[in-house]
Amino acid sequence: MTIRVTVLYFGQARDDSGLAQESFTLPAGATVRVLVDKARLAHPRLEKVLRSTQVALNEELASGGESLSQGDVIALLPPVAGG
Amino acid sequence: MQPREPRDPKSSPPGYITKSRIDVTQVIEDVSSRSAGATVLFLGTVRDHSEFGHVDMIDYDAYVPMAEKQMRTIEEEVKTSWPECRIRMVHRFGVLKVGEISVAVAASAPHRKEAFEACRFAIEKIKNEVPIWKKERLADGTSRWVEGKRLGQPRPEQTRTGRKASGAVQRGRRRVDPRANSSRGARERL
Repeated sequence: MTIRVTVLYFGQARDDSGLAQESFTLPAGATVRVLVDKARLAHPRLEKVLRSTQVALNEELASGGESLSQGDVIALLPPVAGG
Repeated sequence: MQPREPRDPKSSPPGYITKSRIDVTQVIEDVSSRSAGATVLFLGTVRDHSEFGHVDMIDYDAYVPMAEKQMRTIEEEVKTSWPECRIRMVHRFGVLKVGEISVAVAASAPHRKEAFEACRFAIEKIKNEVPIWKKERLADGTSRWVEGKRLGQPRPEQTRTGRKASGAVQRGRRRVDPRANSSRGARERL
């Protein structure tokens, strides 16, 4: 069974991928880490920023081992600089 | 100055993130209170220079629903640490020119000590804990994303809460979170 999830790209990651968001199809139960690897493969320029990027799963910081479900939203968050 | 409509108390609470120009007068009014003897206002404005040269504009990117959630958490932390304080924070995103206001924080309290402390606390938190990024557009035509800080620690890996993002994922869409408290709890006071 496969699932479809959405990745949101912010900051440097948005420039490196050239996209604000993108959908990926994965096997059900794939982890956040697997998804990030897929994004890296799709956009090799992400390699550098991914070293310092954090990931959110459905608007909560994720550690990477969480398994994904249909409709999940994963955000790539480079180090933040607001204010 | 044009007369403004008073905000309807029955309407939904004002958001923390906006694409529009920040209405500073409204921000100050939002913390007004008959018991307040002090009101402190902080404005972050786009500066014309950085260590990399002359800056023309800053492009602010924001993960709006998560940023809104984080700012709500910061507000709750202020209320916990300074119970008599009223606070209002607004951050703008999009392309801003030099001199424009990117963020406003107003804090009021019976006395100035608490008002200054709460305002300072809030802006430091915004700079460290909110998913917002800025890209400087320099006069020489180049652009660079400003080096930032990592957000706080994620929760340890555990069973999922079962929460899902709302079906139509749109950048800029504000999502109201029914949960009142952050899982990370209040931070130490500065």
